[in-house]
Amino acid sequence: MLIIGAGLAGQRAALAAAEAGASVAIVSKVHPVRSHSVAAAGGINAALNPEDSWESHAFDTVKGSDYLGDQDAIEIMCREAPDELLYLEHIGVTFHRNETGHLGTRAFGGASAARTYYVADITGHAILHVLYEQLMKRSEQIDRYEEWFTTDLLQDDAGHCTGAICRNLRDGALEVFNAKTTILASGGAGQVYEPTTNGLIVTGDGIAQAYRIGAKLMDMEMVQYHPTTLAGNGLLITEGARGEGAWLLNAEGDRFMEKYAPNKFELASRDVVSRAEQTEINEGRGFPDGTVALDITKVPRRRTLEALREIVNIGRDFAGVDITREPIHIRPGMHYIMGGVKTDSDGQTTVPHLYAAGEVACVSVHGGNRLGANSLLDTLVFGRRSGVHAAARALQMPMPSTTASRIADTEKHIAAIMNRPTGGRRIGAIKNELGESMNEYVAVFRDEAGLAKAHKIVRRLKDEATRAAIDDRGSIFNQDVIAAIELGYMLDVAETIVVGALERKECRGAQWRIDYPGRDDEKWLKHIDISMNGADVPLVSFSPVTITRWQPEERTY
Amino acid sequence: MPEYTLRIRRYDPQSGEAPRWDTHTVDLSPVQSVLDAILKIKDDTDGSIGIRCSCQQAICGSCGVRMNGRPGLACNTHLQEAADRAWNSPDEDEGKAVITVEPMGNMPVIRDLIVDMDAVHWKKIQRVTPWLINKQPVPEREYIVPHENMVDVTQPMACIQCGACVSDCLSMEVDPEFIGPAALAKAYRFVGDPRDAQHRERLSDLSDDRHGIYDCTHCFSCIDACPKGVAPMSQIMRLRRIAGSDFDIEDRNNGYRHEHAFVNNIRRNGILHETDLLADSYGGKLKPAAGKEMMSGLPTALKGLSRGKMTPRTALGHPHKASPEVKKLFDTIDGKPKRYELNLYVSGYEDEPTGSESASEGQS
Repeated sequence: MLIIGAGLAGQRAALAAAEAGASVAIVSKVHPVRSHSVAAAGGINAALNPEDSWESHAFDTVKGSDYLGDQDAIEIMCREAPDELLYLEHIGVTFHRNETGHLGTRAFGGASAARTYYVADITGHAILHVLYEQLMKRSEQIDRYEEWFTTDLLQDDAGHCTGAICRNLRDGALEVFNAKTTILASGGAGQVYEPTTNGLIVTGDGIAQAYRIGAKLMDMEMVQYHPTTLAGNGLLITEGARGEGAWLLNAEGDRFMEKYAPNKFELASRDVVSRAEQTEINEGRGFPDGTVALDITKVPRRRTLEALREIVNIGRDFAGVDITREPIHIRPGMHYIMGGVKTDSDGQTTVPHLYAAGEVACVSVHGGNRLGANSLLDTLVFGRRSGVHAAARALQMPMPSTTASRIADTEKHIAAIMNRPTGGRRIGAIKNELGESMNEYVAVFRDEAGLAKAHKIVRRLKDEATRAAIDDRGSIFNQDVIAAIELGYMLDVAETIVVGALERKECRGAQWRIDYPGRDDEKWLKHIDISMNGADVPLVSFSPVTITRWQPEERTY
Repeated sequence: MPEYTLRIRRYDPQSGEAPRWDTHTVDLSPVQSVLDAILKIKDDTDGSIGIRCSCQQAICGSCGVRMNGRPGLACNTHLQEAADRAWNSPDEDEGKAVITVEPMGNMPVIRDLIVDMDAVHWKKIQRVTPWLINKQPVPEREYIVPHENMVDVTQPMACIQCGACVSDCLSMEVDPEFIGPAALAKAYRFVGDPRDAQHRERLSDLSDDRHGIYDCTHCFSCIDACPKGVAPMSQIMRLRRIAGSDFDIEDRNNGYRHEHAFVNNIRRNGILHETDLLADSYGGKLKPAAGKEMMSGLPTALKGLSRGKMTPRTALGHPHKASPEVKKLFDTIDGKPKRYELNLYVSGYEDEPTGSESASEGQS
C-alpha cells in the first residue's frame, strides 16, 4: 500500500493499515512532523462526556455545514470520535486534564456543548508528533520515504490507480511506487490564496493529482475564511481564544456579534463570524487597517499563558502585541477548503483503488462550512477508515505492475521544466497574482462579475505558468523545479474552485453570492462535482446530499 | 522601507566548488522575518537558494538556521533584531549591519541552508525509545492523571524538532555520540508522563550510557538556542535529579556520585574545592577506584600547579569553610518537603508582573 502525505490523515492511515497486516510505504514531500497538521491549534471534537451525545455533535456539524454535509458520513464521524480520542490518549497524547485528572474540554464555535479536547493551543502539533512516535515504533511494517515529492499518480489501462511516481528530493531520482491501493492524504490547498493561514507546502498537490487522472472533486467552491487571522501576514489566532472567552470588538468598541448571532456571539460558526466581521469592516466600523479587534484580555491572564501559549508568542513575535494586555487586530483569512477529492465514507474516490482522507478529501462531513476542531477529527477518523479499507482490499489482490514508459514521461516533463529558457515570468510573481486575485474575487462575499474575472486570470496564469522561468538546474534539493510543479497543481485547484463558485447560485455556508441572496434548498441542496473534461477544462455535474434525520432548517446562532 | 543586507552561505555539492557567500539586499519592514527576506530573494532574483520552510509561524520547525552565528528559526527572527545582533562589524562605508545566514552546526550540510537532520538529530531521537510504553492495564477510558503532570510534560512536548539546540550543543561538538539536548528532552517527555511504565528502565539506560544524561556539561547553549522555551538542559537536569534522588540509580559513569560530591563539597567549603571533588566523586581518597582516577588526573593537576591555577596550599589544605549563610541555604532546601522544579513553559499566576516564570511542583 502507498500513502501519500504524512500529516494526521496519512500517519493515521499508515498505522491502521499496518495493524490490519498490510505492508505500507508512506511518502511525504517534507519530514512528517513538518506537515501542516502541526499548525492545528484549538483541539479535537468528540462527544465523550456522558452528558453529551454523538447525535448532538452530529446535529451541530450538519447545521454548521449549512445542510450540505452528507449526514451518513457525519454520523459515522461523530459516533467514532470518542474511540478515536481515547486511542490518541492511550498512545500518549498529552491532553489537558481537569481537576479530577480526567480529560478536560474547552468550548468551540458552533457547538452546543464544550466537547473540544486539547493540548494547550498546540493540539495538532502534539497529536502529529505522537503519531510519528508510533510510526518510528512500527518502522518494520511502515517504510517512510521522507522528503519524496509525488509527481504523478499511476493508472493501468482499466483505470485503476496503481501507485505513484515520486522524486527523491535528496538526489532528484525518480522512482515508481507500485501499490495495490493508494491513499492520498496530502492536505489542502491554502497557498492558492494570499494571504492564508496555511503553510507554504499546502499547494493542493493531491487534489490536482487525483483530478488529472479523472477523479471527481466535490464542493470545491466551499473555502473557509477563519474569523481571526493577523492583518499583516494572515497568521492564525486560534478559535480557542474565543472558546476561552475572548470578545470581538469593532473600532467603536461594540461587541458586534450580538447583532449577528445573539445566542452564540463569538462562538457562532466560522462562516457567520467571518461574514459579520467583513460586514463591519465594509460598512466602515473597522479599523483603518481593515480589521476588527479580538480582545483576549477578557480571559484570565494565567489561563491565557497556560492554555493559549502559542498565540501569546504569535502576538509578540508577529504583531508586536501582548495579547494578555491589549486587543489584537484581526480579520477573516483563508484557512481551509471543505471541498476536495470526492470519497465515500471508507475513503474510496471515484478512481478504483485510489483513496483520499483528510483535507485533500471531501467525504463530505463539512459541507458548506466546517466547525472548528472537526478537521482533526475528520483526518483521524477517515484516515483510519481509509487505512483499514485499503489494507483489506490490498490483502486480497495481486500486485499491479507499471510500464516503465510512465517514468520516462515524468522524466521528460521535468527535463522540459529544467530546460525552460530564461525570460518567462517568475514563479513567485505568478503565484502571488493568483493568491491575491483569489483573495479578492473568491473570498467571503462573491459575485458573478468578480468570479468571471478570477476565472479569466486563472486561465491566463495557467498559460504563463508553462513558461515560468527557473534558476536551479541541479538535482540535489532542487526546490525550484518542485515549485514549478506545485504551481501547476495550484492553478488546477484554483480553476475548480472558481468554476464551482460560478456554478452555485445561492448563499450557503462559505459560498456567499451577493447576486443570489438566500439559501435555495429547492435548486441547490446538492453537491457540485467537478471532473476533467478533455484536456484541462473542468466539467460540472451534480450529486445528491445524503439526509438521514435532519431536514434543512433556517440556520441561526 | 528599510534596506537589509543578507550574506547567505551557499553550497552546492554538485558543483565541486567550496562553499561561498552570496550577498543580497532587500527592502522589507523591520518586523518582517529573515525567512521573509530569503523568500523574497528566492522569488525575485535567485530561486536556487535551498532552505526548508513551511508554516512561517514557528510551529513546523523546518527553517532552523544560524543567523549571525546563533541558531534559531528564520521565520520568527525579525530582520531588525537580526541586524542589531549582526556580529560582523557594521560596514563602515555604508554604515549598515550585514545579517549572515548559514546552515546549523553539528549536522552535515546537504545543500545551502539545508542540513542532514536524519544523520544526527533523528538518529538520536530514535535512541531514546521515543514512544509511550503503556502502564498496564490500559484503562478502558482515559488514564487518570494529575493536571499538573500534563501541563508539565507540555514543555518538552512543545519541541518542534527544529534542531537549533543540536546545532549549538557544545558537548556534541566534543562527543558527537552525545545523545544531545533534543533527544534527552524527548526522553523527559516520557519520564515525566505518569502513563509510561518504564521510568526506571529509561533512566538507568540514559544514566549508564557514556553519551547519556551525564555527558551534558551544563553550558546553557541549548536553552539559549531553543525558540520554543523547551529548555532542553533543564529537562536533562531533571532526568538526573529523578534518576539520582528518586530512583537511586548509581550509574557506571559515576555521574550521580559526582553530583553528590559536588554538592557536599560546597556544603563543606562554601566554594568548590576542586582537588577533593574528583576523589569524592569516586567514593573518597582511599577507594582504589579513586586512586586510579586521581593518578589519571595528575597531569592536569601538575599543569594547574605550573600555571599557578592551583597552589600546593589550595591543593592540599582547605582554606575555605562554608559560611553560616551557605549552611542556611542548604538547610532551607533540605527542609523542603518536596523538590521544586522550575518549569519556564508553565507560566505564571494571574496578575503576576512578568508572567514568564513560576515554580511548579516537581513529580515525586
